[in-house]
Amino acid sequence: MIEQISGFGSRAIRFIQQTGEVFIMLGKTVNYFGQLWKNRSLVFYQMYEIGVKSLPLVIFVGIFAGAVASVQTAYQLQGFISFNYLGAATSVAIFIELGPVLTALVAAGRIGASIAAEIGTMKVTEQIDALESLAIDPIRYLALPRIFSGFVMIPVLTIIADLVGILGAYFVAYMNLDLPPEIFFGSVKDFFTIMNVMSGLIKAFVFGGTTAIIGCYVGFNTSGGAEGVGQSTIRAFVLSSALILLNDYLISVILF
Amino acid sequence: MIKIHNLHKSFDEKVVLRGVDLDVFDGERLVIIGRSGCGKSVLLKHILNLMQPDKGYILVDNIAIRKVGQKDLFFLRKQFGFLFQGAALFDSMSVAENVALPLVEHTDLSPAEIERKVAEKLELVGLPGTQDLRPAELSGGMKKRIGLARAIVMDPKYVLYDEPTTGLDPIMAASIDKLIIDLSNQLKLTSIVVTHDMQSVEKVATRVVMLHVGKIIFNGDVQALHQSDNAVVNQFVSGSIEGPIQPKPVKY
Repeated sequence: MIEQISGFGSRAIRFIQQTGEVFIMLGKTVNYFGQLWKNRSLVFYQMYEIGVKSLPLVIFVGIFAGAVASVQTAYQLQGFISFNYLGAATSVAIFIELGPVLTALVAAGRIGASIAAEIGTMKVTEQIDALESLAIDPIRYLALPRIFSGFVMIPVLTIIADLVGILGAYFVAYMNLDLPPEIFFGSVKDFFTIMNVMSGLIKAFVFGGTTAIIGCYVGFNTSGGAEGVGQSTIRAFVLSSALILLNDYLISVILF
Repeated sequence: MIKIHNLHKSFDEKVVLRGVDLDVFDGERLVIIGRSGCGKSVLLKHILNLMQPDKGYILVDNIAIRKVGQKDLFFLRKQFGFLFQGAALFDSMSVAENVALPLVEHTDLSPAEIERKVAEKLELVGLPGTQDLRPAELSGGMKKRIGLARAIVMDPKYVLYDEPTTGLDPIMAASIDKLIIDLSNQLKLTSIVVTHDMQSVEKVATRVVMLHVGKIIFNGDVQALHQSDNAVVNQFVSGSIEGPIQPKPVKY
């Protein structure tokens, strides 16, 4: 019994310590935000890696998420409410929930894991030590461009996911229900509010930052060679995904 | 001058350094020998504050490296070059980008000047014209040479070598040894070389210290090393199985 309590206590202390370390790393990174322009080539490269290279996956996921949302919503409305409201119901779900959450989950898999693997490999091959020995702060050189790009590019990807999601939803509505575009997009327009889009973008901003921060933190704390890098990759994905869903709930409670 | 005083370091239960005292004098080529896992590389990383000691301190030119802020720490680190055991070249960069990185980050040199300086250092390590190669295209010896070019590109005062000849064939190892001596003489560097390669010790060292079970057990020149009456030193130098050092690693 005492051993169990002691084990739980040490795990709790470790959790608090790691949470503190994540915030310290975030603080140090934010301190470097003033040097973004000086490090613009690194930042633009990461924006390309995180943003542009994720586009095909985000578009694919966005179209099908929109299509599924449309099918499911039509099924729910059938016999109760006119299909004229299908565009409104689908678009609100996409703006508030599906766009940001699915984009962030895709990003957690693609970006968070890749950041952890890249930085983790650098850690176990002494490349992080090499940066330090060259008087280059790894937080500025590696974490700053990735975390900033995470904060900026996930909202951008979310906007694109929102747009293609609505197109996917309309495609299904047109093919299955013969819904004319003016009816579908008219209801999207009638129920469109800036608040809905902004809440989605706020979520995307938090999710993007979280994914990149976790990827960097896990990467910097990698040990144990190739096996350690593999474990870090999994850890980054699991932690990012869990935190995305937790933050989704917390932000929803705060905003709505 | 580098002064190491009463340095202690443990990793969880394992004690690696247990009170190391060592002075490194300007211009010398100090070689630190000892068995694998005896804490040589750990000691080297403490000098640059890449690891922090549990107890004790290190003075670099009379400045306590652990006490300074990040700005001063980076200023001190710019006076060092560090050749890592696996060279630690950045995979995502070409040879030229690897060598140029400290210049890009810390100087206002024009791209043409940086290009010229990179070419000069690559020439110095015997690998001219390799600017566009990637680390994956290099042999082990080439990687170490490029790592060395990167380490000396800022014209440091001290160069630290972590097992520079490990994993190399005897000819390549000899050429790295010659490079260490030539660079030390040409650039008036203070060199600290960590190795367990006795052939390197013979060629490179102006002074040798031996680390064993977390402490320095020998400090002197190569001649004194061979004449030592310490059984541990004698066994290590001769590479004999018989003696106080057991083939099975000692549990400290």
